Parts: sequence; structure tokens; C-alpha cells
Amino acid sequence: MMTGKFKVAAALLLALLASGCATQQKPHDYTEFRAARPASILVLPPVNSSSEVIAPYGMLSQATLPLAESGYYVIPVALAAETFRQNGLDNAPEIHQLPVQKLRQIFGADAALYIDVTTYGTAYQVIKSETVVSADAKLIDLRSGKLLWEGSATASSAEQQQNSGGGLVGILLSAVLNQIISTSTDASYKMAGLTSARLLRAGGQNGLLHGPRSPQYQKD
Amino acid sequence: MTTKLATGIIAGLALLLCGCAGPQQKSLYGWDNYQDQLYDHFKTDGNGKEQQIAALEENLQKIRSRGEAVPPGYHAHLGLLYAAIGKEDQLVQELQTEKSLFPESTPYMDFLMRNYKKGVTK
Repeated sequence: MMTGKFKVAAALLLALLASGCATQQKPHDYTEFRAARPASILVLPPVNSSSEVIAPYGMLSQATLPLAESGYYVIPVALAAETFRQNGLDNAPEIHQLPVQKLRQIFGADAALYIDVTTYGTAYQVIKSETVVSADAKLIDLRSGKLLWEGSATASSAEQQQNSGGGLVGILLSAVLNQIISTSTDASYKMAGLTSARLLRAGGQNGLLHGPRSPQYQKD
Repeated sequence: MTTKLATGIIAGLALLLCGCAGPQQKSLYGWDNYQDQLYDHFKTDGNGKEQQIAALEENLQKIRSRGEAVPPGYHAHLGLLYAAIGKEDQLVQELQTEKSLFPESTPYMDFLMRNYKKGVTK
């Protein structure tokens, strides 16, 4: 009888675990990614589909940490932007069209990350204002031109009011968010850091795989 | 029985946390405000380089004193700022440091050193 009750409790917890984490998504096919084993990533200046001029910089300046902590070498982002500018390329959509061979030749990176910032900024409303940053990304192998991975992520200041689905982690996360927002003078920039971490930190569901400098390399 | 159930619940909660948040890993690098400095660099569009250099050099001391690894791009970015205030020797030195810390950067660092005289940084 005791074991019976215990089993019920265990099953309930497992159900909670499953509902808390697993969103019903089709698992990503990592065949190409595993075969390519990129070690270094060039983050191209992001395309801006939002209405905020600063949006690409908010994302670009915060792309290095999650990628580096995931085990990749990241080509210095400000220098890369400068190199494009020196070559008359100021426009991100144009940069995203460059042949991969050319990028490989100049930067020597194994892969390039193509980011599109889709939402960036604060919508001010009567009762409350909401800051949202969303972005899509694609990782392309610069040696073969193959798509290795794609993903998207979003972060919103309203998450703290909507944590019912996130369980304990949701509550913890909103506490963190709350702190970030209350101490911030540039709420969108801080939110972009969270979006970037969700988008580019390896180890999540359908996320990037770990790179060679991580102890988790080839364990995921 | 209550104890066992409680243990079960605690174990389950621990599992729940691990399952979502991932095992807490040690950081590979010391970051301090490197990314904020990058953001400043982009926002100011090349102004305030001396302050940015001072901030990065100060952080570098902190990162080193804690025995942490310097993140990818840090030294190269410092080099970019030094070049912009006319200290090209220091550009080369920082690019060399980046290269020795991260051999993956070699092709691009060599490209920059070949080209800096043509105006890598303006």
C-alpha cells in the first residue's frame, strides 16, 4: 500500500515535470550539425525586423556570452562589424547575402550565425507596459553552406505575471526577471540578453549543441 | 510513510529543477561587463574610446585576479580600441594575445594584421 501511494506521487511528479518543460515541438534533426562539428562561429550583424534602430546592437553585443559558454570560439563581434564596414557593407540584409566562401576566407570561422530581430522594445499601455524581445537565428556551415541549426526565442517582462505554466522554475525565473527590470535603465537591452541566452545557450530542447571548448562537447 | 513520501517529493522537485534548468555548470570565462562595453561601443559609434579602454583594462585585472579565463574576442576588441586612438603597436599585441589564447582566431587575426595599415579601424 505504501509503495502504491509512493508510485502515485512519483507519477504525479513526473507528469508535472513533463508538463513544465516539454513544449510539443518536433525534435530538431542534428545529423548535419553532428557531422560538421563547428568550433568557431561568426555572428553576422543581425537583420532588424523591429522598429527600434538599436535592436541589432542590443542582440549582437550579447551574442558572445551564450555561444562562448556553450563551447564555441566567437569571432570578435565589433571587429567583424568594422571589417564589413571597411568593405562598404553597412547593411545587414546585404551582409546576410554574402557568399559563404567569402566569409570563410576572411574570418576563417567554421559557421556563421544569421540573426533576425523580430520584436524589440517596450509597448507602453495605460495599466502596465511590456518589454518584449524576440529573435530568429540560423547557423550555417561556412565550409559547406549547409544549414546546421535554426531556432527562435522570446523574452517578455510580462512573464512575471504569467508564470502559472512554468511551475517552480517559472517562479524563480520571474523573480530574476523582476530584479533585472527594476534595476535597469535600458529594459530592452536587458531583455535582449535573456532572449540571446534562450536562443543561443546550448543544452536546451532543440537548442544548439555544445562546442569543443565545453566539457559537454559531444555528450549531447 | 510520511517521511518516504516527503523524500519522494523532494527528489521529484530536485529532478524538476534539474530537468529544466540544466545542471549548473561552472562558467568557462570571466565576463564582468565585457558585453556592456560592446554595447557602449556600438551605441556611441566610436566615441568615448579612452573610457572604454580604461573600463576593459580594469575588468581584465579583475578577471585575471580571480584566475578566470578571458572570453573570446576580449583582447581583439581592446586592440580595436587601441588602434582607434593611434596605438597600433598595442593593436598588434592584443591581436597576438587573442591568437595565442584562441588558435581558432588565427585566420582572422592574420587578416587584420595584414590589413590594419589600410585602415582596419577608423
